[in-house]
Amino acid sequence: MAEQFHAQQLALASEQARNPLLAELNAAGQQAFAAASVPNRKTEAWKYTSLHNLLTGDFQRTASQSELTAELREAATLGNLKAPRLVFVNGQLNNELSDALALEQVTLFSQANAAQQALISQHLGTVLAQAADNKSGSAHLFNDLNNAAVNDGVLIHIGKNQRLEQPLQISWLTTAEAQPFSLNGRLLMILENGAEATLVEHYASDEQQQNSFTNALTELVIGDNARLQHYRLQLMQEDALHIGSTHVALARDSQYNAFHLGLGTRLTRNDIVINHNVGGSHCELNGVYIPQNQQLLDFHTCVEHKVPHCTSNEVFRGIMNDKARAVFNGRIHIHPQAQKTLAQLSNKNLLLTNTAEVYTKPELEIYADDVKCAHGATVAQLEEKAMFYMQSRGISKKEAEVMLSFGFINELLEALPHEDIASVLRPLLARRFGRDQSLSRHLLENDISGDNA
Amino acid sequence: MISIKNLHANVEDKNILKGLNLEIKPGEVHAIMGPNGAGKSTLGNVLAGRDNYEVTEGTVVLNGKNILEMEPEERAREGLFLAFQYPVEIPGVSNLEFLKASVDSVRAHQGKPALDSVQFLKLAREKCKAVNLDQSFLKRGVNEGFSGGEKKRNELMQMMLLEPSLCILDETDSGLDIDALQVVAEGVNAMRDANRSFIVVTHYQRLLDYIVPDYVHVLANGRIVKSGGKELALELEEKGYGWLESADNGAA
Ligand SMILES: Nc1ncnc2c1ncn2[C@@H]1O[C@H](COP(=O)(O)OP(=O)(O)O)[C@@H](O)[C@H]1O
Ligand SMILES: [Mg+2]
Repeated sequence: MAEQFHAQQLALASEQARNPLLAELNAAGQQAFAAASVPNRKTEAWKYTSLHNLLTGDFQRTASQSELTAELREAATLGNLKAPRLVFVNGQLNNELSDALALEQVTLFSQANAAQQALISQHLGTVLAQAADNKSGSAHLFNDLNNAAVNDGVLIHIGKNQRLEQPLQISWLTTAEAQPFSLNGRLLMILENGAEATLVEHYASDEQQQNSFTNALTELVIGDNARLQHYRLQLMQEDALHIGSTHVALARDSQYNAFHLGLGTRLTRNDIVINHNVGGSHCELNGVYIPQNQQLLDFHTCVEHKVPHCTSNEVFRGIMNDKARAVFNGRIHIHPQAQKTLAQLSNKNLLLTNTAEVYTKPELEIYADDVKCAHGATVAQLEEKAMFYMQSRGISKKEAEVMLSFGFINELLEALPHEDIASVLRPLLARRFGRDQSLSRHLLENDISGDNA
Repeated sequence: MISIKNLHANVEDKNILKGLNLEIKPGEVHAIMGPNGAGKSTLGNVLAGRDNYEVTEGTVVLNGKNILEMEPEERAREGLFLAFQYPVEIPGVSNLEFLKASVDSVRAHQGKPALDSVQFLKLAREKCKAVNLDQSFLKRGVNEGFSGGEKKRNELMQMMLLEPSLCILDETDSGLDIDALQVVAEGVNAMRDANRSFIVVTHYQRLLDYIVPDYVHVLANGRIVKSGGKELALELEEKGYGWLESADNGAA
């Protein structure tokens, strides 16, 4: 099972890799991937995340361009978000929906000019290699696979002291195809010193039963005093298989603020690695996961505090319904020289049924003595006090449950700096909690009455 | 309106209410006073149907219906309202959606026509004004970060929106300055009518200068130990509760 998957992916990778600019990376990737063994139950970082649904897939081909349904077109606009965008459908750029190539800051590896090619050669694959050790298991073979196969990708380069006014949206969409297929998405974003931008990385699909495997890898290089606001939204139909990695390099006084959202699919695994490489950098890492049915959703995060005077604040919340399983592993690694670090991690989970599961594990490794570090993980049911308060106002128990569950994550939505993005996400999440419309009808009252308020 | 007979109740196996009797007719205002820990809030919670408050004996009949078997939401829809001594903060749930959900369910049960979002917002704003709360409170999380006084005014606003037939105010005056106290009192007085009754739990006689009760009761040690007219409140203010508690103990 694992052998077939391994062999197929290796073959596909060597077929795809054709870009001379990336030849070295491809070769190294192919070598590493060929040598790597596929994780199994005994692999610590995959203990609760079975790859069964991936390994039993028969991926004989990569994707091809597909017709866009109205539904997918709609999904691609993210509720008409005002943003220049690139939209990939089954891995291929859709020219009609993509307008961001008009920006000097955005290009594809295949269209890069000499200066941009130099940036790609200089940075691609390097952030990935920065995690000091691999105790979180985030330097896994799917990154090798991506390196092995990468032929094209997105380069975003924000010049010194430049500020992008609008968010930049990069969407990877899939459609259900006759044959299962796999694709490797790659994004490299470089913010020069003092640059500022918002990136919306978006994964979605049509509503048909998906038969694709997406292996996405994003590297973010954030220069001195630069700021990135990152949204990574996974809104695919539940049969999509997704393995996604985000690796971030932070320079002096830089900031990475992120909101990661996973709706849940048969297999979604996310690795997020933040490297505090120079003093004064700050990271605000937030996320929400809400798997249902029999979905499996895994977030492995790792914050590497390598130098003194950096701060990180991480808040993830999850709500598990039905027979879903979630895994949250939050590692904070404070290196010996990283004095005066302030690091916080909070992970709260809500189980809506007694067949839903969550495995949460904050992992602290602290080698410096003058640091402040706080972490907490909870798994709970809804609060009795709040339930009684709502019921005492005539609200049925069921509706109160829905409203409180939604409220639990809405707190994080309300903190998002882009209200237009929050208001795209809110109805989507509301529908998740009140699958019965009569139970979710009050969730969006603020939005409904919004403009005339 | 409500008839409470021989009510006994336990909280976590501790016997708190020990044979409480209270009869309230439509349109009446009854004040309940008494020392800390006497069981006043317990009474409110028991009437509102809180889960871990166990009734071991007695009956409670509201508007002809036995409510002790009802869920809290059913009691609310039947016209019972408890203004909490400590209103709960619910971050992430907006006050507006909470209020709309509440009013929709109560009105539906009572056969009143549903309000659409625009009508409701208009009504909610009126009530905000009536209790002197800024409209921005509608968009915030339920009681989230509200000051003590704002929470109490939010309770009062809910009461006005729901138009209950029995209002139980649990120390709604505690922690209010005199201006806020007057706002609360005016709100309550504006709602007084021949078909609506009130139980006003308070420590302070000063509230009763503004909301003039028909009866004053003293709750001590889980029972009503003395009842009288509004002048009883003045007497309590002067003498405290000691003389009553010892009288009760002697009798028991
Ligand atoms: N949830 C609870 N768990 C345990 N004991 C409680 C609880 N609520 C109230 N009590 C106890 O019940 C008694 C009456 O409390 P309460 O009804 O709050 O009094 P009052 O409102 O008159 O000050 C007190 O002894 C108090 O400690
Ligand atoms: Mg009390």
